[in-house]
Amino acid sequence: MTTVTMPRRAWVEQVMGLPVSIHLRGAAVRDPGVAHAVAASFAELRMIDALFSTYRTDSEVSRVNTGQLALADAHPMLREIAELCELARDRTDGGFDARLPSPRGGTWWDPSGVVKGWATERAARSLAAVSTLAGHDVSVNAGGDIAVSSGRRDSTGWRIGVEDPDRPGRLLLVVPLRQGGVATSGTAARGLHIHDPRTGRPAQALRAATVVGPSLLWADVYATAAMVRGTGAQAWLEGLPAYDGVLVTAEGRVTATSGLAGLAPGQPEVLAADR
Amino acid sequence: MRRIVLAIVSTIAGLILLFGYRTSTMGATVVDQGSTTASSSGQTQAPQSTTSGSGGGAGAGDGTFTGDTVATRWGPVQVRITVSAGRITAATAVTYPDGNGRDQQINAVALPVLAQEVLTSQSARIDHVSGATVTSEGYIASLQSALDQANL
Repeated sequence: MTTVTMPRRAWVEQVMGLPVSIHLRGAAVRDPGVAHAVAASFAELRMIDALFSTYRTDSEVSRVNTGQLALADAHPMLREIAELCELARDRTDGGFDARLPSPRGGTWWDPSGVVKGWATERAARSLAAVSTLAGHDVSVNAGGDIAVSSGRRDSTGWRIGVEDPDRPGRLLLVVPLRQGGVATSGTAARGLHIHDPRTGRPAQALRAATVVGPSLLWADVYATAAMVRGTGAQAWLEGLPAYDGVLVTAEGRVTATSGLAGLAPGQPEVLAADR
Repeated sequence: MRRIVLAIVSTIAGLILLFGYRTSTMGATVVDQGSTTASSSGQTQAPQSTTSGSGGGAGAGDGTFTGDTVATRWGPVQVRITVSAGRITAATAVTYPDGNGRDQQINAVALPVLAQEVLTSQSARIDHVSGATVTSEGYIASLQSALDQANL
């Protein structure tokens, strides 16, 4: 057991339809200014949700979709996200696409797949930049997609368990991470909700894809694209610099890219068979 | 004391993880209803927290910590955690909506999984779990207040 006794503190709020938790580790976590910074982070997440929610008819995204608002006149964040969506489509060869066919013809813009990771990563980064939190560890968990940073030189970072989609409560492996993000896309919690944007067919070859890398936004995009890619996902992930992944096939076979090989099933870090 | 805090907080992600699990594939699991004594007055949010335990005043300590009763659209929800030797050894919903079959189905699965999740995450020394999408805000709010009482 570790002997580290660094103070920690956590906050949880429901934002963007998800429980979002902020975790801090370091000497000043009980400083009143820190609580204010955390509150400001939650407030910004709520503001982002109000801009981007596809469930709210008054959000800017909804108004862009109904033609009431031109993207050029929208909040600068919408234009930033629109550019990221295009980049995501390019980098995934169309495996990720925010433009969906609308039931009434034409296309519908749903940037949620970029917004969640982007907003979570942004919250982690802005907290890490708070002067009181210099030299602290920060992590933000939005419903199982996690952005972390580690400002402490002696920190071992954050230990992130990757859940076994077939056995809730069990882990496939544990990834230690000082800086970056971990995102999981899968069918366990929400069924076959991921579709290939190029064919409209549900992605069925994989049950779950978890991607780890320097940016949560891109880990999230790549996890979705890996689900869509199915059987070719592992080779594709191997070709992405700085990103790694763990995949569970529909048959229950678990594979990991080479960067996670040391943590892959069969190694001591694997906890699924512990109990 | 700090060691205790560390252990408790490291389970938060695991604790809240379970509430989003789909329930349809699981059968009727026995649910520990605990002492459903709190707030039969219905939907009003009654922050009647109770703390019983040996905790020495300001510090986190062993004992049980019952979160606030939180009103949700489905009915009141209240979570209780038990802390022993610096670890959460049990976590149950002592009050939860049970007005219809769907609620019972959710609760029947959520509560046993909660206990398992706590144990798994503690044994693994993990800070977060990636892989679940969670939805139930009432449980989270109550859980947070229980954690706050454990001086986190």
